[in-house]
Amino acid sequence: MPDLDLDLILNGQTIAYFMLAICAIVGAILMISFTKVVHMVVSLALVFLSLAGIYLLLEAEFVAFVQVLVYAGAISILMIFGIMMTRHDRQEEHMVKRARSFAALIGCGALFAVLFLAIRGTAFIDPEAQPLAENNTLRIGELLFTEHVIPFELLSVLLTVAFIGAIVLAKSDHEEGSSSLPKEETPVAKSAPLVPDRKGEEEFQ
Amino acid sequence: MSSMLASFLTLAAILFTIGCYGVLTKRSAVIVLLSIELMLNAVNLNLIAFSKYGIIPSLKGQVFSLFTIAVAAAEAAVGVAILIALYRKRGTANVDEYHELQS
Repeated sequence: MPDLDLDLILNGQTIAYFMLAICAIVGAILMISFTKVVHMVVSLALVFLSLAGIYLLLEAEFVAFVQVLVYAGAISILMIFGIMMTRHDRQEEHMVKRARSFAALIGCGALFAVLFLAIRGTAFIDPEAQPLAENNTLRIGELLFTEHVIPFELLSVLLTVAFIGAIVLAKSDHEEGSSSLPKEETPVAKSAPLVPDRKGEEEFQ
Repeated sequence: MSSMLASFLTLAAILFTIGCYGVLTKRSAVIVLLSIELMLNAVNLNLIAFSKYGIIPSLKGQVFSLFTIAVAAAEAAVGVAILIALYRKRGTANVDEYHELQS
């Protein structure tokens, strides 16, 4: 055990791991404790970025870049759009019942205790080192198009269905509550006769 | 080396627990969705850690995490669309005010 700890301390990889892990945990805790919604999204983007760094440490380069693109880019922006399209009053106005929040804290603490004890109690077998990082993207692409091609194609169908469903869901009220559309159109319809009138006035002048 | 796997799993457990707490306590629906994304990220971290330090290290864990990321992106898009539709109907984005099913 002591030589393990020495190995832990001396390794440069573990130093990078600890810095990135501290960034991730601090970002997550800030996400919980901030009061403004946009600040929460930005601190969660910090978590996503540091997790991408951790993926780089784990020799998963392609997944790290996908993480930056999809999570830190797309999902954060999507959530910011979601925030901007809805109105948020003060986030934490202590309306949340103290008892419920305390119960959630205790439940999550218990969950973490169980997970931690399970992780500590397991004897992990040392694997033989495999070079996962060399030609990472090439090998992932080969795996995707040979062994996992059916889930890959199903995933494309799922993405298409989900995005069409998202568009329909976000649009449906627009068609249904069509009272908003004529309201916008009626001023145009009213203003439309105004234009010939002005022209007529100009012609008269 | 196995201690590295344990520390990665511990980090994933911490992030998962924080995300779970956020889902249970936050009022804003956007933040609930974001906390779900955090939990999915913790799962991804587990998959990638096992793809390097598992018994048989291979790239399959990374492929699975790619699938998870794609499904999470679809889930986030549908979730935000449902949130916007609900907001148009109800005029609020707080999850504790969506209680139609409560008698």
